[in-house]
Order: sequence, then C-alpha cells, then structure tokens
Amino acid sequence: MSPTTRVPTKQEVYGRQGRSITDQDANAINRVEELSYDLKVREVMTVKMHTATPEMPLSEVLEILRVNRISGMPVLKDDQLVGILSLEDIVHAMQNNELSSPVSQYMTRKLITVASYDPIVGAMQKFSDSRLGRLPVVDENHKLVGMITKGDITRGILIALQKDYKEEEVRRYRASHLFEDIVSDRTTLVLRYNIKAHDFTHGGNASSNIKRALLRLGADPQIARRCGIAIYEAEINLIIHTTHGGILKLEVESHRITMSTTDDGPGIADIEQVLQPGYTTATEEVREMGFGAGMGLVNIKRCVDKMEIESTVGKGTKLTMRIYVPTENLNVRKEG
Amino acid sequence: MNLSKIIKLANGLLLTPDMDTNIEISGGYGADLMSDVLAASQPDAILLTGLTNPQVVRTAQMSEFRAIIFVRGKQPQAETLVIAKQENIPLITSPFGMFELSGRLHKAGLPSFESNESNN
Repeated sequence: MSPTTRVPTKQEVYGRQGRSITDQDANAINRVEELSYDLKVREVMTVKMHTATPEMPLSEVLEILRVNRISGMPVLKDDQLVGILSLEDIVHAMQNNELSSPVSQYMTRKLITVASYDPIVGAMQKFSDSRLGRLPVVDENHKLVGMITKGDITRGILIALQKDYKEEEVRRYRASHLFEDIVSDRTTLVLRYNIKAHDFTHGGNASSNIKRALLRLGADPQIARRCGIAIYEAEINLIIHTTHGGILKLEVESHRITMSTTDDGPGIADIEQVLQPGYTTATEEVREMGFGAGMGLVNIKRCVDKMEIESTVGKGTKLTMRIYVPTENLNVRKEG
Repeated sequence: MNLSKIIKLANGLLLTPDMDTNIEISGGYGADLMSDVLAASQPDAILLTGLTNPQVVRTAQMSEFRAIIFVRGKQPQAETLVIAKQENIPLITSPFGMFELSGRLHKAGLPSFESNESNN
C-alpha cells in the first residue's frame, strides 16, 4: 500500500479570515444558515423609525441623524415611500455646500426594498448585491413598515442563538440536578447494558455511553475518566472471556458510583492468579487486537476505590467496582 | 504542538477530512497494547499505533487522547472511521514506522506522555 502524503493547503486549513473553521464553527454556521431561512424580516427589522419628507432641508435631516445616531432614513410623500437619504448623500451635499437644499435633491430614488414576510436570507442577498447599508421594509401593500440594517440581522440571529443556547443549558441543568430535584431517602440511577461475547466491533460502546452519562450528570471529569477506563476494561473482559456475554451495570448515587459486570461463565478458578499483572488466558486473536496482556484487572484496580471479584467455576463471575464521590452531590464540580 | 504541524512532520494524511486540525496536542504516546495505553496515559496526547481496529478509538476516547496516528501507512477499518467521526477524534495515517515517527515528533519538541515504570 503506498501511503498518500498530501498535506492540506493553508487555504484549506485556514479560512478566509486567517483562522481555521472548527467543527463547532461549522455547526454554528449551519445553525445560522438555518436561522437565516427561519427568521422573517419583520422579526428583526426596526419598526420605530424616523422619516423625512422630500421638502425638508438637508440640514434638518442631518440634525435628526446626529441626535439619534442613525445613518439614514426613508423619505415619505403622502405615506408613499419615494426615496432613501443616507449620510453619504448628505456628505455629497456638504461637498457642494448645499445643506440648505431639500431632501428630494440628494436622496436616492432607486429603491431596493425587502418584504416584511421574506426570510432574512433575502435581505442578506439584497445587502450583498446592492452594497447598501440599510433597506426599507414594505408589507403586502407596499407600505413602509420598517427599516432593516445588517446590524438588525446580526442582532436577530444572536438573539435566536442565545435562545438555543439557553435551551441546551436547561437540558444540561436538568440532568445535573437530578439528584437534587428528585427527593427520596436514597436516589439511585441505574443503567444496564447487555454485552455480547466476542463482539469486538461494538466493544466499548457501553463504556462510552456510561462516561457520557456521568459527564452529563455533572460528574467531575477526573472521576468520569477513572470510571470510563475501569468500565471499559471490564467491558472488554466480558467480550473476551465470557461464554455468553454478560450484563454491565452502572449505579449512580450522589455519594458514590458503583459499576459491575455479571456473567454466567466460565468462571475463574484462582482469583489471586488473575490479579497478577501479566497473567492472561487470552487467545492470540485477542492479543492482536491490543488486549489480553493481563493488565485489565490491574488497570481497573488502579482506577477505582474498591474492587471485588466473586466467581464460581461453571457458574459465572461478578466484578464490582466502586468509586466514592468526594463532594456531597454529583453536580458539584471540583475547582481546577 | 498544533495538530496540523504534527500532520506535516508525519507526512500524514488526515483520514477524517472534516475535522479541525487546529487543536493543541500536549504530548505523544506510542503503543500497540491498548491496556498499556489505558494504564499509563495522560489526557490531551496523540496516540501513535499500528492497530487499526475500533478499539483504538474507544481506548483513545476513554484515555482522552485528542488524535490518533496510524504508523507504516496503515488504513483503519471502516468501523474505526465511523466511531472516530462519532466521537470527533481525528485519524491520521503516516508512512513512517513507529520508531521513526516517534523520533521525528519528539525531536520537533513534542514531549513523551509515557510514564516510566519506575514512576508508577
């Protein structure tokens, strides 16, 4: 097999902005794209607006723009939109020393409008095509109902994203407060997984789910890591050594985490012996997969506070692993 | 060390092209024995290995590795790629062997995250 040695180009690694786009960025972009179709112009536009008339002197408009710190306004005649006046138009007039001229002389008459019922992606398209900074918004009857700027769009998207974020926070909060919100003398969350013998392909899936659940419940990352390694070794043991697979169980309480595996055979004859580092009965096939080096139980013992093995040859084995949670509640994270 | 720099040093090919390579890798660990990895690794390292089965990704996930490089141009099994994408662990293949690649990365300043037996 001849390995390809292609290195991604700088353009591929770094985006146009000179920084790379992470997966999180990519997700956010997708959500923003989604939002640009979901959000309607009327949801993000500015409704309260200042308007000018064609007859108003430019100096008066300039004063309104200055006081309200805005950079343009629509021009109405008899309730009809007839033009748009921007600071740029006023600068033009100033260059000609004509600030006393009426609005009609300098306003932009070529009108590009957006419909209030359009998704904001339509407005974004018009901003990029026209290179204008603000667009008047009209309703079904072509009546002016508001103004939209790129800033309005950004703000609208940020508010929508903030809402998404809050919902995710609430979800996480609910999981991490499970042990506070549900009142009992002793609350235990039990998760069970059936592990098939010799199923190497799915080996570790249960452990992966357990680690994720612990983190979601607000467990200290260090404790989740110890549990993850221990339960993974135990899961691999079920896959490698059992006759019919077994059951992997996680019990979470506010003060401790108990993990166990139960199987129905073949059982261990000499428990002292299997606890010796390097002792193994694994086949060559298992060794080729990177396991079966006789380190599994040694690893587990190192990760947990208490480990117990009960086994009867011909009947089965039960491995119990326990980790004590130092803080009162699972959801209290240690600093650092 | 940035993962993109590691890929460059390894003459590597990113097998999970959508993944971010602008992540910081704190150290390296080389092993073909997954129990060794589980026994003695520190988080945020890159795993150099000749094994390509799905357990490599699971082991990396449990030990909180940030990326995996397959040595000697090995290609992972299909299932390995699936799990790596699921768990967001970048997979890279390098034409170099384990010794050569370890040497190159170490020489370029990537510290070893293997703990020596006497320290255990």
